[in-house]
Amino acid sequence: MPKRTDIKRVLVIGSGPIVIGQACEFDYSGTQACKALKAEGLEVVLVNSNPATIMTDPEIADRTYVEPLTPEVLAAIIERERPDAVLPTVGGQTALNLAVALAERGTLAKYNVQLIGASVDAIMVAEDRLKFRDAMREIGADVPESRYVRSLAEALEAADALGFPIIIRPSFTLGGVGGGIAYNIEEFREIAGRGLDMSPVHEVLLEESVIGWKEFELEVMRDCADNFVVICSIENVDPMGVHTGDSITVAPALTLTDKEYQRMRDLARRIIRRVGVETGGSNIQFAINPDDGRIIVIEMNPRVSRSSALASKATGFPIAKIAAKLALGYHLDEIPNDITRLTPASFEPTIDYVVVKVPRWAFEKFPRADRTLTTQMKSVGEVMAIGRTFKEAFMKAFRSLELGAAGLLFGQEDRRVDEGLTAEEEEGALQRELSVPNDRRMWAVFRALERGWTPEELHELTKIDRWFLVQFSQLVELQRSAALVGLRGMSTDLLRTLKRAGISDRELAGVLGCDEAAVRNARLETGMVAAYKRIDTCAAEFESFTPYLYGTFERECEADPSTRPKVVILGSGPNRIGQGLEFDYCCCHAAFALREEGFETVMINCNPETVSTDYDTVDRLYFEPLTFEDVSGIIAREQQAGGDVSCVVQYGGQTPLKLALSLQQAGIRILGTSPDSIDLAEDRERFAQLLWDLGIPQAPSGVATTPDDAREVAATIGFPLVVRPSYVLGGRAMAIVYDLAALDRYMVQAVAASPGRPILIDKFLEDAVELDVDAVADATGAVVIGGIMEHIEEAGIHSGDSSCVVPPHKIIDRHVALIRDYTRRIARALKVVGLMNAQFAIKDDTIYVLEVNPRASRTVPYLSKATGVPLAKVAARLMIGRTLAHLGLTEDLEVAGFFVKTPVFPFVRFPGVDTILGPEMKSTGEVMGAASTFGAAFAKAQLGAGVKLPATGTAFISVNNHDKPAVLQIARDLGEVGFTLVATRGTANYLRAHGLEADIVFKVNEGRPHVGDEILNNRIQLVINTPLGRESFFDDRTVRRIAMMHGVPCITTLTGAAATVNAIRSLNTEALTVRSLQEYHAETAPRKA
Amino acid sequence: MKAILALENGTWYEGEAAGAPGEAGGEVVFNTSMTGYQEVLTDPSYKGQIVTMTCPEIGNYGIAEDDRESRAPQVAGFVIRDQSPVASNWRSEETLRDYLVRSGVVAISDIDTRALTRVLRSTGVMRGIIATGEVDPRALVDKARNVAPMEGADLVLDVTCDAPFDWQPVPQDEFTPSAQRQPTRALRIAAYDYGMKWNILRRFTAYGCDVRVFPATAPASDLLASKPDGVFLSNGPGDPAALGYAIHNARELMKEDVPIFGICLGHQILSLAMGAETYKLKFGHRGANHPVKELETGRVEITSQNHGFAVNAETVPDDVKITHLNLYDGTVEGLRHATKPVFCVQYHPEAAPGPHDADYLFRQFLDEMEKR
Repeated sequence: MPKRTDIKRVLVIGSGPIVIGQACEFDYSGTQACKALKAEGLEVVLVNSNPATIMTDPEIADRTYVEPLTPEVLAAIIERERPDAVLPTVGGQTALNLAVALAERGTLAKYNVQLIGASVDAIMVAEDRLKFRDAMREIGADVPESRYVRSLAEALEAADALGFPIIIRPSFTLGGVGGGIAYNIEEFREIAGRGLDMSPVHEVLLEESVIGWKEFELEVMRDCADNFVVICSIENVDPMGVHTGDSITVAPALTLTDKEYQRMRDLARRIIRRVGVETGGSNIQFAINPDDGRIIVIEMNPRVSRSSALASKATGFPIAKIAAKLALGYHLDEIPNDITRLTPASFEPTIDYVVVKVPRWAFEKFPRADRTLTTQMKSVGEVMAIGRTFKEAFMKAFRSLELGAAGLLFGQEDRRVDEGLTAEEEEGALQRELSVPNDRRMWAVFRALERGWTPEELHELTKIDRWFLVQFSQLVELQRSAALVGLRGMSTDLLRTLKRAGISDRELAGVLGCDEAAVRNARLETGMVAAYKRIDTCAAEFESFTPYLYGTFERECEADPSTRPKVVILGSGPNRIGQGLEFDYCCCHAAFALREEGFETVMINCNPETVSTDYDTVDRLYFEPLTFEDVSGIIAREQQAGGDVSCVVQYGGQTPLKLALSLQQAGIRILGTSPDSIDLAEDRERFAQLLWDLGIPQAPSGVATTPDDAREVAATIGFPLVVRPSYVLGGRAMAIVYDLAALDRYMVQAVAASPGRPILIDKFLEDAVELDVDAVADATGAVVIGGIMEHIEEAGIHSGDSSCVVPPHKIIDRHVALIRDYTRRIARALKVVGLMNAQFAIKDDTIYVLEVNPRASRTVPYLSKATGVPLAKVAARLMIGRTLAHLGLTEDLEVAGFFVKTPVFPFVRFPGVDTILGPEMKSTGEVMGAASTFGAAFAKAQLGAGVKLPATGTAFISVNNHDKPAVLQIARDLGEVGFTLVATRGTANYLRAHGLEADIVFKVNEGRPHVGDEILNNRIQLVINTPLGRESFFDDRTVRRIAMMHGVPCITTLTGAAATVNAIRSLNTEALTVRSLQEYHAETAPRKA
Repeated sequence: MKAILALENGTWYEGEAAGAPGEAGGEVVFNTSMTGYQEVLTDPSYKGQIVTMTCPEIGNYGIAEDDRESRAPQVAGFVIRDQSPVASNWRSEETLRDYLVRSGVVAISDIDTRALTRVLRSTGVMRGIIATGEVDPRALVDKARNVAPMEGADLVLDVTCDAPFDWQPVPQDEFTPSAQRQPTRALRIAAYDYGMKWNILRRFTAYGCDVRVFPATAPASDLLASKPDGVFLSNGPGDPAALGYAIHNARELMKEDVPIFGICLGHQILSLAMGAETYKLKFGHRGANHPVKELETGRVEITSQNHGFAVNAETVPDDVKITHLNLYDGTVEGLRHATKPVFCVQYHPEAAPGPHDADYLFRQFLDEMEKR
């Protein structure tokens, strides 16, 4: 039992939707914490608005509230649940901010709830930079010179004193939003102004710049007896100036002497004590001047963080789990180390390998975004790789990124040829890429090294520590010697050296000008295969009991596979837009189900933020890149003990699917739906034929590889059209075109980008209602439909970016029945065994199939939460031969109430990027709102997504001509719930002509005060702006941008507007209630899973 | 140049020469510290041992004069996974490789140090030999079997000073943690040098004490004649049971009412003098992450360790209290005499390399000395 006996029921706060700066690492930490608390006999109440999390699985907590993370909602939950304590340290900045808000509102005192893990005082000292600075000076720690300002005038004054460059950090924003580095007064005005706006308390800290210094982090833990341990040291390869979330980092710290390291450790101990984190983990960041060793403290996070997730995966020490136990009063030496079993958690892990983390950005989604990396985080995901040396880990990390040809570091294209740059221009470009941090800087480093630049020259430009640069130059040297001898002339020694440096068969093939198979065969002929080593927290000093493994070209293999039948689950790799947490959720579920079915489960993944890479989730974890070489190596090793090995590829999104065929060709059994069926559904022509045979309608379509082809296709099917490259993720490069000119423009660009690749052309079903369906099917042909999700936004918006609701609330029964019938027939025709997602559109009483994916979809976790049936688990059981009948699933699933899913977007981080939605997915995460009515559910989802719907006020309406008739009802409803209307001239005239009052406001280019001014002057509370038909104008974009930066909801579709009005009405008339998932699920018929 | 490490159990590892050319034999041990290879190399307690670093990237920050724990490298040989070709640190004066070559230390890199560590962990430490160039591994195994065993070996005589000397205080550098307090009067320590790490002396300086260092063989009476406020028994290499003279001197010292503090080998010698017995550990404790519990307060310290022998808890006499235990394996980490001002620890409060958690022991010694 816990040391503290006064705590029986604890509320754990999750981190909400995935956004840049706060991703699924908090699902990992929150899940660990909930499990640990439950194991201690506590009753765990959880709140998190994000349904795509493992932590919100109904069995993780005793009661799970998928509700908006606002102080009001949390107060309602606290009132209802009366917990003894709140644990706010495993839900990121969101949870900490909420804890502070609950304390300030008096909620905690009113219900006599204590905070565990971190006190409000500690949070304030760590978060308030001024308090933090004073606290640090008090304990003799050096901090950067800084000033705290609340206005631009104060800021300008402070800038004089500090001198440029200056770092601007807004208070209380996530991941450094609104911050940046100013090198001159112009930039300073802009960034400081924006920072002041974006800080919820309108404060920014101006800080002396230590750009170019070495950056380090320590992950530390402390218990209530003041025992203190460092779990992991992390060194940033990118020096100060780049947010640590955007930096390439390495563990352990590699360039510190013991003296320097111990000084940092001593400081960390004093800091955690002074800040007052009595129990739990913290992350402390330091900068060290490479010229004289001066060390300063940058910041401290009194909670588990992205870095602590990384540290947990890098060392095998489960920080969040231990933090939860410490919060209950345990001492570190009372908690056993899971991995060694015999030794306690009161020690400092030591590692005998090197870990490298590399961020993954999504700039291709936001072409106008500034790719410069600064103090504001911009990456959407990350990979981690483990090797015995830095070089090996580094090369593995880069291939884990899955960037295809663009990811290759060696032999990059010559821009003097490809882009027609002169040698001078090219050199200038290279210098800029090296000196101004950006997402492609590492490629620039390799390009420069291949060009003969020295590590010393690169150090001058990048300030990256020479040690790393010399490692990179050694890699370049190695590939040079490989190229020199060629594959035929290569000695076994050289091949071994190359492999030990982490260079993949594919990269080597590129260097040698042969294909991957040739390198692979040459390697296998000499018997050179990867060995697998264990991550054991102790550098082999003690025996380890958890098969947590990584591959390396070393002498001894510790994989020690068993003879049990096993299933290898391929994970989804780094988070990116279009492939995120949802897929990791599904992979975890496959593991849970198959373990229950008696299989040994093996996970392969390279994303340190995930639950799937928790060594608890599966029987055997390989932290490895998801490439053919790495995956097939693991499977071959697992097969060696003789146990039957099969593989799950349908849960990890595109990543494992790309490998499915080659794995099958290599003789590996793929469970569930065959790779051929998956391919059939992806292949336009084969799939069109299938639908034709089934007599199911599909929008007219065609394929083109040249602009002329495309014109021909357009002539037969007519505009508007949806155009996209084949085999894309998240609607990448997808567009809607309304005329020939736009089609030509698109085709010319597409052909230039990838000549010969087919472009898919579909009739665009304008104004159609879209639906998503997830179903499970077994080998007998039985199909159960998990749910039909109606999109709130009309056709043309990527399904991942559209809000949706289950059950459908506007679709007539006949259509619903038809959709069920189509889904069943398609599943049977594709011989689906497992999950299938289908997208439909209804237009003019016809139901069209848009696409079918016989694999896990983004909506599976959301639907599972809504229905209470874990669909991914069910599907996994079907894949190993169970039937739906056996599982007791004979009817399509039902839900009790309305469940709305709403996406969240990263626009706030990308100044200059339009916020308009379209066919290319841009959201990073999602929330769910649940209630007994659609309006209330939608309102909650909006609230959860951070949209503050106004109860009343003035609504600005500006819609295109096409939308004008439909906007009338919305305008009337707005009037009815008490809104005053203003509109642009055209829209206002239309409204007036139909008997509605509406004042005219100027467009941005019509004079002043214009609509932007009115928004900034708080005279507009709601914006309804649909793009002016076929072209998006600057004016619209500006309005949308201003609204977003000013926190005014801006709705860009009419269906979205209608739902919003519905939500506002519900907010105004119904009291906000909270309800746990378990209660919703109790209402639907109990089912087995 | 190729190199081979051969072990007495008949196995060998092929790698690259990473230091001086030649052959070197010793007891092969492993150290799990992730920082401080220079401190390890120069720690006299490693006399006669070939040290394997489990941390794979070694040499990154080079060698700095100020980070030495004795005049020169003391290890018999050095085994690493990957050697840095450069020294990247503002304080560094030369690369690790140059230092090893210049100091004549035979070293091997590019071997599977984890595999080696696992062997040492499961079979126990064993004798081995590193040879560079073209050598017959089987012949090398035979040579490894002829390396003198550690048990019963007096290696102290190899590393102790020749004559007594006064430690010349060096200015404290910016990395040194400040002392927890300063003495209220001038204090003088007489220290037995069994192979003392310089950081122990630096810590005494930080605590405001003067130190006179004596050779290991100096009679106790010489130390007492210097009228010390306290006597210190240092760390050092080899088997404590082989050091009859040291144990005898410790007994002599304990007859007097002078505070005595021992570290590592000094702790083992004091234990033997108090009547306890020592034994050889299977693979020793060498690293910077070992948790030690101070039994009186329940506090856990993360400690720096380097020892192959330990005190048998069951043989600790009734008038001696066990004050510290290792939380990894329950072995004795600290003792204090019930009536006499004598205390000692198995681990290294002076760190170097390692955490500074146990620095309070120097203050405790100060307290004891001031009491008299």
